[in-house]
Amino acid sequence: MSSIPADLKYTKTHEWVRVEGDIAIVGITDFAQKELSDIVYVEITALGKTVKQTETIGFIEAVKATSDIYAPVSGEVIEANAQINKKEGDAPAMVNRDPYGMGWLCKIKISNPAELSTLLDQAAYTNLVQRSQHH
Amino acid sequence: MSKTTPFYSRHLAAGGKIVEFAGYQLPLQFRGIIPEHHRVRTTVGVFDVSHMGRIRVWGANALQFINRMTTNDASNLEVYQAQYSVMCYPDGGIVDDLVVYRLPDHFLLVVNGANNEKDTAWLKEHLSGDVQLENVTTEVAQLAVQGPKAEACLQKISSIGLAPIGFYWAAEGKVAGVDVLISRTGYTGEDGFELYIPAEQALKVWDELMAAGKEFEIEPIGLGARDTLRLEMKYCLYGNDIDQTTNPLEAGLGFVVKLDKPGGFIGAEVLQKVANEKPRRRLVCLEMEDRAIPRPKLSVFADGNPVGFVTSGTLSPSLNKGIALAYVQRESARVGTKLTIEIRGNRHQAVLIAPPFYKHGSRKK
Repeated sequence: MSSIPADLKYTKTHEWVRVEGDIAIVGITDFAQKELSDIVYVEITALGKTVKQTETIGFIEAVKATSDIYAPVSGEVIEANAQINKKEGDAPAMVNRDPYGMGWLCKIKISNPAELSTLLDQAAYTNLVQRSQHH
Repeated sequence: MSKTTPFYSRHLAAGGKIVEFAGYQLPLQFRGIIPEHHRVRTTVGVFDVSHMGRIRVWGANALQFINRMTTNDASNLEVYQAQYSVMCYPDGGIVDDLVVYRLPDHFLLVVNGANNEKDTAWLKEHLSGDVQLENVTTEVAQLAVQGPKAEACLQKISSIGLAPIGFYWAAEGKVAGVDVLISRTGYTGEDGFELYIPAEQALKVWDELMAAGKEFEIEPIGLGARDTLRLEMKYCLYGNDIDQTTNPLEAGLGFVVKLDKPGGFIGAEVLQKVANEKPRRRLVCLEMEDRAIPRPKLSVFADGNPVGFVTSGTLSPSLNKGIALAYVQRESARVGTKLTIEIRGNRHQAVLIAPPFYKHGSRKK
């Protein structure tokens, strides 16, 4: 069973959000990293840009497949996690090892806090994951 | 409802992430594609390949029949020898690629799992003379034990010496006390064996193999690493790199197409024409020069012009680079040519290299 912390908000596309003041820290969920497996490259293509909720902000390359990352909220993408984007070694695999911690992807300066209420809470996301696993 | 192989309980016990493949519930991965890949390249890993189709053919005209159905020359086979081969349609398109074993009283054809029913029907359709055919897929389980330590590991539980078994040769003996067919074959580029085991005794072989391999850190390997390992060797995957719309000559499988063998084979006329005119396109190896990872169906360009498409692509765990197989027009298919692949709207540079991508495999030749 995937870990789904209670203090985070979630999207239907398997991103998580941790809100700190007007900043949203964004990552992908434990369920998502398990589905992708063997992450080898992460790029936040929207770094420095202002994006709308659900727009593509980057992508994750795993050995088997590529997956887009979507903005959970609108705002300016002000930082990408440099620790997972090093050329050397298996730094991107940090997203597999610690998806809710060291493996965070980027930070967005929230432009419309009302959007936060459209995100899923722990119970709703747990429900979504269970449905994904049963078909 | 999809089927399970005799090893399903072991895949679950080992924490395998199960997916449906070729109609079977099979492990995509256990510990992870990359660590499993390195396990096979450095010591030894075990693949459940029971989903492969296994077809027995016998009778007075069996050799003649197989030679008509396949492109390689089965009349060259000695008893206990195996050969890689291809079955073609009359238009030269590929029905399947397969391994043909000549055994004392029958031939064994090992085909792709996803093509098992299609191939069996195709073979039956063409039966003539004294030829019997039986699909024994469910009665026989199949394991691949692959890696530089495969022989040392398997020898511990084998009744016969494995060293004399040459590449693409087989022998019968006991493994874990069970009568099996052992062949020095595989799909990884490493030394290794495939075992054909009576299904009801399959778990005994699995369990003893895992115990014998402990000192080599043996572990089960999923379909994910099977794909990265074969791709690093430019071994074709039916459905990706070859299918009914591709012919074996353009796929680089000319070494198993014996155009002048006596009696000919299905597809020979068209393939002779292709050989005379030279294939218009070639399946080539492309190595990325940046960190982008090519994926199937992406377009390939030479000097800005489209010249082909990717059929298989992945990150190569051994080279830590993106690699791809792609069909490209003959004029662009020279080693050293710089091509570009369009990935997410950007053109990324790749260089065309001579196969295989991974050149240090322990495979015997």
